[in-house]
Amino acid sequence: MKTNDVILQTIASVAAFIILAFAAYLFFAGHHEPGGGFIGGLVIASALVLLYIAFDMETVEKGIPVDYKILTGIGIGLSLLTGVGAMVLGYPFLSHTYEYVDFPFFGEIELATSLLFEAGVSLAVVGAILTIILSISEDV
Amino acid sequence: MNNLVILPIVIPLLAGVALIFFRKQIRVQRYVTTLSLLLLAVVTMVLIQQVSDAGTQTLNLGGWDPPFGIVLVADMFALLLMLATVIVAFCCVLYGFRTIGEAREKHYLYPFIHFLLVGVMGSFLTGDLFNLFVFFEVMLLASYILVSLGGTKDQLRESLKYVLINIVSSMFFLVAIGYLYAITGTLNFADLSMRIAETGQDGLITTVAIFLLLVFAIKAALLMYFWLPGAYVVPPMAISAMFAALLTKVGIYAIFRTFTLIFYHEPAVTHQLIAWLGILTMIFGAIGAVAYWDVRKILAYNVVIAVGFIFAGLAVFTEVALAGSIYYLMHDMVVKALLFLLGGVMIGLTGTDQLRKMSGMIRNHAALGWMFFLAALALAGIPPLSGFIGKLLILQGAIGEGFYILAAVGLVTSLMVLYSVMKIFMNGFWGENQLSVEDERMSTRGLLFPCAILATITVGLGLGVEWVNVYALQAAEVLNNPQLYIEAVLPNAD
Repeated sequence: MKTNDVILQTIASVAAFIILAFAAYLFFAGHHEPGGGFIGGLVIASALVLLYIAFDMETVEKGIPVDYKILTGIGIGLSLLTGVGAMVLGYPFLSHTYEYVDFPFFGEIELATSLLFEAGVSLAVVGAILTIILSISEDV
Repeated sequence: MNNLVILPIVIPLLAGVALIFFRKQIRVQRYVTTLSLLLLAVVTMVLIQQVSDAGTQTLNLGGWDPPFGIVLVADMFALLLMLATVIVAFCCVLYGFRTIGEAREKHYLYPFIHFLLVGVMGSFLTGDLFNLFVFFEVMLLASYILVSLGGTKDQLRESLKYVLINIVSSMFFLVAIGYLYAITGTLNFADLSMRIAETGQDGLITTVAIFLLLVFAIKAALLMYFWLPGAYVVPPMAISAMFAALLTKVGIYAIFRTFTLIFYHEPAVTHQLIAWLGILTMIFGAIGAVAYWDVRKILAYNVVIAVGFIFAGLAVFTEVALAGSIYYLMHDMVVKALLFLLGGVMIGLTGTDQLRKMSGMIRNHAALGWMFFLAALALAGIPPLSGFIGKLLILQGAIGEGFYILAAVGLVTSLMVLYSVMKIFMNGFWGENQLSVEDERMSTRGLLFPCAILATITVGLGLGVEWVNVYALQAAEVLNNPQLYIEAVLPNAD
């Protein structure tokens, strides 16, 4: 018997966007307030897991065609390359720098290379969590 | 600042991450693995030359001065072990190309070998207790996967034990770090060493030191070796060889580092304890090695004996004995890998690991047999080969400082080591030939080459003592004199 989860699916598709927005907030708040790449990545992963619970795996995979193992690799690579970048420029490995940039609409914003590092952490977290969850839920 | 110091961590990490993207292209995986290991060997050798010329090299990550930031320290002791690591890993990987099999290779085998190396290299290089913990975990997570990769029943059973024991000991490690941080307020090795030297090593710090000793002893198989024979027997032989040569050595390195640099003020308590642990380890390991008729088990117990013997040098704690330990440590990494690889060929040819079921292999495989003979003699410490000089220096130190029981046990267990490996040689290679070439389960094509590299190094380490000794003594000098390490890390401290 097929159960009818129209309420779950409707709420999940709205809630996923709210959760992702919250994840983006947490990710960018990390420098000055509680938050950062790790927690941001976990919240993104929770939004995706909610979609997997509400819909079946094929539907979500059609909507988000990402290989999460590759995503993990990209994440680690990005974090690593921010360190290597400093080394190539002649600074000690993992040196970070920042710059104040004037944006037309938002005003002056502090841009730091540690943001790239944290983005790598986020991608690695999302990739690792979803790889775990998807591989234990699959029938092999 | 010297950015070269980070390269031994960055190269395998980059290569490992890159290989995630080429999961199915086994040829690419093999080429990248070979290339990155060769590059690693070159970087390590350049670093050794630099350290030899200009003293200990450090790198403050992110440009933050220690003790506030993370510092990597490349001293001669760490670098010599790193060079041995790279050589062993290279030979094991060459051997693995032919033996491990496509199914495992396609499931991220090479990335995890790289991550294992990241952990090992990082543990050797780090100058900070918490980073040591992190790199230990990197190494252990990779080793959990390498033990269980393939998913046979034995592998799952042994990996469960291995993972449980290591998780418990990692937790103890974390608790010990917590205590030490509460007492001293720092985790940087050099800073810890200075603060403890100032305030004195009181009972509380000695307790934490013994707690840390317990943790590292589980990793190094110092008396707490119960997990080792099982976990080293189940994975493919190339992986076993890498474990036998690398994993316990990182625990040994950690004990050497902490007990020569930080907790050296109460040798009557801590180093005495290490001496007794070493004696018991040698005795139990030797009993295990003599008792079994199973090639893999005998070799695994030989790993345990060597751990006990290496700690004899630390217990004696003179510069010459420490140099002996360092020399023996390098020798042991190379020769254990060699023995495991040769044992792997024997098991591969006969299809059994029971000694009673094999004999007379020397007729068809003379090179294999004589290489095993050579490795057996080197392991036991016969003069022209590599095991001799380390044993000699340690025993000289032990007798000179009055550790007579330690020296006696060391000598007797050497005999038992020789007996146990000669048992393999005589049963496996002498006698009636039971196995014609057609009956063999695999060919030795390409397998003897990596073994030959290791055998050459074993002989070279023995014959080139004069040349290697310069570096071993430099390493021992830093171990014996913590002030040199502290000055390299904290140049502005008085």
